[in-house]
Amino acid sequence: MIDWSGYLGLILKGALVTVELTLMGCALALVMAFIAGLGRLSRHFALRALATAYIEFFRGTSIFVQLFWAYFVLPLFGFTLTPLQAGVLALGLNVGAYGAEVVRGAVLSIGKAQYEACVALNLTRYQRMRHIILPQAFLIMLPTFCNNAIELLKATAVVSLISLSDMTFEAQVVRAQTGSTLVPFGTILILYFLMALAISRFVRTLEKRLARGLDGVRV
Amino acid sequence: MEWDWDFVWKIMPTLIEGVKITIIATLLGSVLSTVVGLAIALLRRSPTRLISMPVSFAAEFIRGTPLLVQLYFIFYVLPDFGILLPPLVAGVIGLGLHYGTYTAEVYRAGIDNVPRGQWEAAKACNLTGGQTWTHVILPQAIPPMIPALANYFIAMFKETPLLSVITVLELMNQAKSVANSYYRYVEPMTLVGAFFLTISLLSVFGLRWLEKRYGRIER
Repeated sequence: MIDWSGYLGLILKGALVTVELTLMGCALALVMAFIAGLGRLSRHFALRALATAYIEFFRGTSIFVQLFWAYFVLPLFGFTLTPLQAGVLALGLNVGAYGAEVVRGAVLSIGKAQYEACVALNLTRYQRMRHIILPQAFLIMLPTFCNNAIELLKATAVVSLISLSDMTFEAQVVRAQTGSTLVPFGTILILYFLMALAISRFVRTLEKRLARGLDGVRV
Repeated sequence: MEWDWDFVWKIMPTLIEGVKITIIATLLGSVLSTVVGLAIALLRRSPTRLISMPVSFAAEFIRGTPLLVQLYFIFYVLPDFGILLPPLVAGVIGLGLHYGTYTAEVYRAGIDNVPRGQWEAAKACNLTGGQTWTHVILPQAIPPMIPALANYFIAMFKETPLLSVITVLELMNQAKSVANSYYRYVEPMTLVGAFFLTISLLSVFGLRWLEKRYGRIER
């Protein structure tokens, strides 16, 4: 009979790394999504081109390839990253590119009348974005951001392949030590599912809270 | 680290072999996910809760957990139950099931978009349930969802490098083995990225065409 408690602790330690990666990845992705999404809507051609190149590049190649590139190829150019840094970088940049399209779509979906009202009120471009457009657009982005965050959580499993000891990595360790495959992989499948549930719960609560001041405005 | 074109040409045939496997896996996975998605979408609509509830839960579960772990599960856990699958088959099943849960949502939206009057007309014409689906609902529901389905197939294509972890010799795995035998990572990894970028950009053009061809339906 195998004593599972020690092995469960190992998997939970890995779960902590997965959560950490997800949170940091989401933070980077959110920042990149806004920078690139708004960049794509910019007046300046150079900014638009830069943002488009970033988005198309990171959406066009696989997260797996990006991660391997960040971890194995960047050091050859003189940037050595720890597995955690490479993981956060690849995950954040990849999901950020998807998020940028969400930001762009949401901002464009705000009615023309809102822009005209801002011009009539003599708001500057910054004020218009900050106080009128983004608060409404953010609410439209949230459900898709939720999906993106879950995608990011699922993508963290890939970092186990660059020797970062996340949940999937620890499950492999447990598998190697016990010879049992069903228990470790079954456990982490359930844990991943619970984390995904937690993310969607959290975003739904956030959505309710942010929608409070916008009664009647929202379609 | 220098970029070496001679080395590039030397490893090209090996990588092309990998591209072939990658494309085969994507095509087979697409076919499977099309079928699985339709099955999930139809079963979820079943009036019997005993069928619709477990199917919904299973679909949510598969969508909420990482493909990588599912691949491990199929490849390493199922043999414990006497199901021994060759790597490519296991990979295709993993891709098909995982993306089937996504395409199921596309089918759901497509089916929901068929106007109510069509259902009622089918009933008025005394069509059986099967006839209603095959002659009235699906022919109208499927063309508008082709672009969305194609979108997921492109996403699936970008996930195929994950198959390398269950020893499928696709593009990523070929590149890794080449890199490991020559101790050169820059060229193989960059080429993998370039291959993916080229193929997905080409498929995006295909997608645009599909959108134009099927995106809108005349009502």
